[in-house]
Amino acid sequence: MKTQNLSLGYGERTVVGDLSLELPTGRITMIVGPNACGKSTFLRGLARLLPPLAGAVLLDGRALAETPSREIARKLGILPQGPIAPDGITVGDLVGRGRHPHQGLFRRWNAEDDAAVTQALEATGTLELTGRAVDELSGGQRQRVWIAMALAQRTKVLLLDEPTTYLDVSHQVEVLDLLTDLNQRDGTTIVAVLHDLNLACRYADHLIVMKNGAVVVAGEPGSVVTASLVEEVFGMPCRIVPDPVSRTPMIVPIGRHHVFEENQ
Amino acid sequence: MTLLKAGPYSVRVNHRSLIVGVVLLVLLVAALLVTLSAGTNAFPMDRVVAAVFGSGTPAENLIIGELRLPRAVVAALVGIAFGVSGGIFQSITRNPLGSPDVVGFGIGASTGALVVLLILKGSLAATSIGAVVGGAVTAAIVFALSSRGGVAPLRLVLVGIGLGAALNSLNSLLIVRAQVYDAQSASAWLVGNLVGRDWDEARLVGGILVAGFVLCLVLHRPLSLSEFSDERSASFGLSTDRTRLLAVGTGVLLASGAVAVAGPIQFIALTAPQVTKRLTGAPGPNLVVSGLTGALLLVLADLAAREAFQPRQLPVGVLTGLVGGAYLAWLLGREWRKGRA
Ligand SMILES: Nc1ncnc2c1ncn2[C@@H]1O[C@H](COP(=O)(O)OP(=O)(O)OP(=O)(O)O)[C@@H](O)[C@H]1O
Ligand SMILES: [Mg+2]
Repeated sequence: MKTQNLSLGYGERTVVGDLSLELPTGRITMIVGPNACGKSTFLRGLARLLPPLAGAVLLDGRALAETPSREIARKLGILPQGPIAPDGITVGDLVGRGRHPHQGLFRRWNAEDDAAVTQALEATGTLELTGRAVDELSGGQRQRVWIAMALAQRTKVLLLDEPTTYLDVSHQVEVLDLLTDLNQRDGTTIVAVLHDLNLACRYADHLIVMKNGAVVVAGEPGSVVTASLVEEVFGMPCRIVPDPVSRTPMIVPIGRHHVFEENQ
Repeated sequence: MTLLKAGPYSVRVNHRSLIVGVVLLVLLVAALLVTLSAGTNAFPMDRVVAAVFGSGTPAENLIIGELRLPRAVVAALVGIAFGVSGGIFQSITRNPLGSPDVVGFGIGASTGALVVLLILKGSLAATSIGAVVGGAVTAAIVFALSSRGGVAPLRLVLVGIGLGAALNSLNSLLIVRAQVYDAQSASAWLVGNLVGRDWDEARLVGGILVAGFVLCLVLHRPLSLSEFSDERSASFGLSTDRTRLLAVGTGVLLASGAVAVAGPIQFIALTAPQVTKRLTGAPGPNLVVSGLTGALLLVLADLAAREAFQPRQLPVGVLTGLVGGAYLAWLLGREWRKGRA
């Protein structure tokens, strides 16, 4: 999947300008950047939810604008930021609706659909919630159910906008592990927006750092993340140390308080 | 979840909806039998069944088979049409106020019917075509006025209510300008009435229901997905605008067909989907249950209108209007507090 001179925006206003970049197939790409820099906008553009002002998004070498929407839906799934569930819908029903792109008017709900739904529920640890109403769940449970719905769609490419919001630290790691499993087992291409820089660095094969609608740098986290980059993008001084667990870059922010040793 | 199959077509429904549907069907049949048997001339059930199959005495055959039965069947069919149409509209507007009797499609349909009835002096068939055209034109105008790069559900409701008010005055104008006799029958029709409805009317609504049923098979899944945000349904490869257009077309056809036969009976399209939601506790438009609820409500309302005020018969629209007006006021108050209307 890649973009060619892609510009996105709302009405007259351009939010993301002239992006040409490649999202490596079969890898995990994480997008980071400050609030309102256009990460969600970019993801929406990738999922053809926002038509390009200029340029194009190519999936399997073909422009999205020229591909039937249903065909795209079988290849590419998206988890938008803050999704809303219909009143009173149960978890099983919601996740089942993820199968829509694979069904036609006369195609039955079959064993494959059942298998996809069950597997998605199992993978996200929501199998025991199947009969519960989605609006009665906790934020974290709900987030996992939405991820299950995206998984049930069984697409080769999965775009996720902040999949770990609302989750406690153990569930954050669990979701990212889950995405990694999916990537390693099925070769699913994952593109996710993440706010936690350290987790992004740890789980990404490919990191895209954005600021003001432009890509500042893209590449393997270990080689692109530097203290000066973080300071430039987030306006925050920091130190980079190797993550003791994963050996990936770990960003340690430097605020105005609680700073000891030689930084004083 | 239960999987229902009919030939190559299959749907997943939740258990409770299935049970509710079956119970409603049984209640509907029971209500129809009561309608046929009760009244000033009451008949025992065995005589009712005999008369329905044409083997009663001549008097039974006349009163039950030729007077009460077609009217009851029309009531049930019109109720289904209103219930399904209401379910469709409330689903696409994501708002209980988005039903055809509130947003002016029903009123538009009656304007169309009145034009044919009073100015062109048309037949039943012509009147129903007038109603469908009236409903469709109204819907087209509402759509045109409420879409600005995509149709916003709430804007559609508000524009529809406004246009409905304007069309109401147009209806009054049509009646004021008509001959006295025509004006009288037209205003009786405008209340919504099932008195004297015959097999012709039943066939007409029946035909429209068959067409509507086919369209609903196509609409079923897109509609259940369009209850998500527009963005999410788009991510499944659905065109929300196309779904809405097809849904509005179907809803207008059903509502206009019902209006052509029975007049703009209020309240059924508004209430049936809400009752359905309470009963099934399930999301989605639930069109089958909504249709059955509509049928049951209208059959019962017509029975009450026919028998409760003897020796006079009330037009069923007066009854539903009274109850429906109160319900609408309550609903508006509630939606307002929720900050949605
Ligand atoms: N629907 C919209 N209409 C108009 N402008 C929008 C819309 N959505 C986002 N924007 C604007 O586009 C810009 C980028 O927003 P976007 O949602 O892409 O940011 P983001 O990087 O995802 O931020 P966050 O980290 O807060 O999620 C912002 O200035 C925002 O105000
Ligand atoms: Mg965002």
